[in-house]
Amino acid sequence: MIFAVLIPLIFAIFVPMLSKIKHKIHTGIFVFFIPFSIFLYFIRFVGNDFSPVRHEYSWIPSLGINFDFYLDGLSLLFVLLISGIGSLVVLYSVYYLHVSERLGSFYVYLLMFMTAMLGVVLSDNLFVLYTFWELTSISSFLLIGYWHWRERSRYGAQKSMLITVFGGLSMLGGFVLLTVVTGTTSIQAIISQIDVILESNYLPLIMGLILLGAFTKSAQFPFHIWLPDAMEAPTPVSAYLHSATMVKAGIYLVARFSPVFATYEWFFIVVSIVGIVTLCWASYMAVRQTDLKGILAFSTISQLGMIMAMLGFGTKVAVFAAMFHILNHATFKGSLFMVAGIIDHETGTRDIRRLGGLLTIMPITATLALFGTFSMAGIPLPFLNGFYSKELFFDSTLHLNEVINPVANVLIPIIPYLAVFGSIFTFVYSMYFFFGVFTGPKQFDKLKIKPHEAPIGMLISPIILVLGVILIGLFPNMVNGTFLIHAAEAVNSAVEYKKVYFWHGFVPELYMSLAVVGIGTVLYITRKKWSNVYHVLPGKMSFNKLYDALVKNVDIVSAKITNTYMTGSLKLYMTIILAAIVVVTFIVMFVTNGFQMEYSNLAEVTFIEVAVVAIIIIAALATIFTTSKLGAILITGVVGYGVATLFVIYRAPDLALTQLVIETVSVALFLLCFYHLPKLQKRKESTRSKVQNGIISIGFGALMTMIAISAHSTDWFDPISDYFLETAYKLGGGHNVVNVILVDMRGLDTLFEIAVLGIAALAIFSLIKLRNNKEAE
Amino acid sequence: MTDTLYQASEALLEITVFICFIAISISLLLLLYRMIDGPTSPDRAVALDTIGINLMGVAALVAIYLVTPNLNDVILLIAVLAFLGTVAIAKYLEKGVIIDRDMD
Repeated sequence: MIFAVLIPLIFAIFVPMLSKIKHKIHTGIFVFFIPFSIFLYFIRFVGNDFSPVRHEYSWIPSLGINFDFYLDGLSLLFVLLISGIGSLVVLYSVYYLHVSERLGSFYVYLLMFMTAMLGVVLSDNLFVLYTFWELTSISSFLLIGYWHWRERSRYGAQKSMLITVFGGLSMLGGFVLLTVVTGTTSIQAIISQIDVILESNYLPLIMGLILLGAFTKSAQFPFHIWLPDAMEAPTPVSAYLHSATMVKAGIYLVARFSPVFATYEWFFIVVSIVGIVTLCWASYMAVRQTDLKGILAFSTISQLGMIMAMLGFGTKVAVFAAMFHILNHATFKGSLFMVAGIIDHETGTRDIRRLGGLLTIMPITATLALFGTFSMAGIPLPFLNGFYSKELFFDSTLHLNEVINPVANVLIPIIPYLAVFGSIFTFVYSMYFFFGVFTGPKQFDKLKIKPHEAPIGMLISPIILVLGVILIGLFPNMVNGTFLIHAAEAVNSAVEYKKVYFWHGFVPELYMSLAVVGIGTVLYITRKKWSNVYHVLPGKMSFNKLYDALVKNVDIVSAKITNTYMTGSLKLYMTIILAAIVVVTFIVMFVTNGFQMEYSNLAEVTFIEVAVVAIIIIAALATIFTTSKLGAILITGVVGYGVATLFVIYRAPDLALTQLVIETVSVALFLLCFYHLPKLQKRKESTRSKVQNGIISIGFGALMTMIAISAHSTDWFDPISDYFLETAYKLGGGHNVVNVILVDMRGLDTLFEIAVLGIAALAIFSLIKLRNNKEAE
Repeated sequence: MTDTLYQASEALLEITVFICFIAISISLLLLLYRMIDGPTSPDRAVALDTIGINLMGVAALVAIYLVTPNLNDVILLIAVLAFLGTVAIAKYLEKGVIIDRDMD
């Protein structure tokens, strides 16, 4: 099974090679055999006696991340959709994309996507699922931005990337929590631990995060905004990714995890409400669109909302209906996208206001569109599969009584009305799509290209899909009993197979369907009169605006925040660094009770120490307040000499020697660059800044003093100096203990300090030399 | 008898060292005043030179006080450095540079 998943990716490596000969043979013809063979491989599993298949391949066993594939009914449904519609889309793209396009890139991205999607639906491992999930986001990003020189394509690609990756990351968070709670990464193992999850405190968080991933991917309200902008992709991509497969990944995720969450009351509420709101809002908005693909995009959103709602209901009928509708939607929506592509290809526009009267020019396309749109609208005709799933949908909204959920009781009576509301608008835009394009006045003079019927090759794929629509419409029980029931069982094991008939008497569902058709017809005919309603709702409101503002303001606000502290002023940086050290250290020392004072082991203070220290203090204060540049340097010299005297008093002759030499050299160096030093002036600073600097410097000094006192007061272990004193001559062969330590006991430190001096000397040399050499700049 | 004499001489030495410390401290403080107050740079330079010489005294006194020969190097070094430093400052004050560039 791993080969079935990875073959597209492996084949993608060879696609660029094949695309070199594209002028003789279209690259798509080679590619076609890949999804088709996968389809043939998986179709073998379909049958009444289907049972789940499991294949395991280890990847990172130590982290519990393995390429485990699990093929149950739900996966099988999706795999067949992906490979089947994938084959048809590749076939369609052979005729749709001209050989002058960058075919190599196109098919590489498409095959990448195919692998990713197969991986998502087959993975049994959470993290492998996430890996493939992000791969779908990336390949979708690449495909939307396929015509990357168009500004709108880039915008759409970025938008879909941001939104779906946002969801993907939150989903990863949910997965990690789920792994932590259950201790396993296998989805099937997790499902078998429902009790553990339901008792976990993290349950709301897990469900929320995973659902966020599902809702963003499946373009649910209010994350639906990326899908209409993704319509900038080539039409085969829209047909494949944005109607049949990728947008259903979220549906798949919800379906996959509904055995876990279904008994949790908030699952019903969140998923159903989001689904129903998406259904209503998107179908309402679809009527307003003028671009054919825009209508189809919103239509996809609304249909996905409907499926999501049914998964949210989680009743036997609803789950079955959801599976049924996934299949049906893929067939009619795929064909409709292809029809839209054909119209675009043969007339040069997708703007419905410039199209009309194509019925006699493009009779085959019109027929295909007729079946597609009428099935989408759910018109009660026995050969349209859309009607069956819509009626099952109504059925499921009416039979929510099985849901025992105290919180949801308020919602249950409202849901059927909302369902009818959404379906009415579905009817209106479906009719608008069909009649707006194919009937009405002919205005061919406005078109760039003289319209004509599409070549037969382009029509093959939509014809097959429409045949699917009709066949499922005529014999719904053929697919249901053998195939969809297994999918539904994977979601809700209580599902029992109920035969679907076209006619089952005068029941409320039928009245609902009739109401949809009746009110829908009226609304469609009077469409122009009530279209003003869109000025009221949504009016100026739009989630796109919110998204744009968000993306723009993140930039602006972060720039503002950065500019407040990254001013380029070293003084400010020093202030922040020192203040941070003071505050953090002080708090840590205070909390850990680190400040200690111990007087017992202090040495006696002698007069000469007091005198020298007094001189050093006076000199140090004088360097701060002096106004003469040379004076400051010389007084600093006094401090240095004073320190050397302290070394003398504390019996450190070597230190004193070094200190004296270094101090003299430093003074000489200051004098060397004296001319370039800034003039010392009385600094004009505000009182606030003076006080601030004063507080920070005094605070820092006080802190260091206190730490020094505490360090001296705490005596945790004996010093090791006795060892040095004893062994300096015995081991090192020298009487000067300091020098023995420097070159014998701790010779490595000395080595690297020599290195530091060497580097400093070389750096100074090169700085001076390079500065004189203008060419080196 | 010898012990008493030895102790007396030790006490004498200690007192002398102490008095010398006080004298040098006063001298250092006065020099510090000259250093900080100025008013001109040569004043300060001379003050620094003299501080160096005073420090030699301090080091010598510390050596006597601690009864050690290890600080003699320090005394010699201060002498050399004070001379070098004063020459450098003097040259700077006179010519504005310490190291002349080659005249080629």
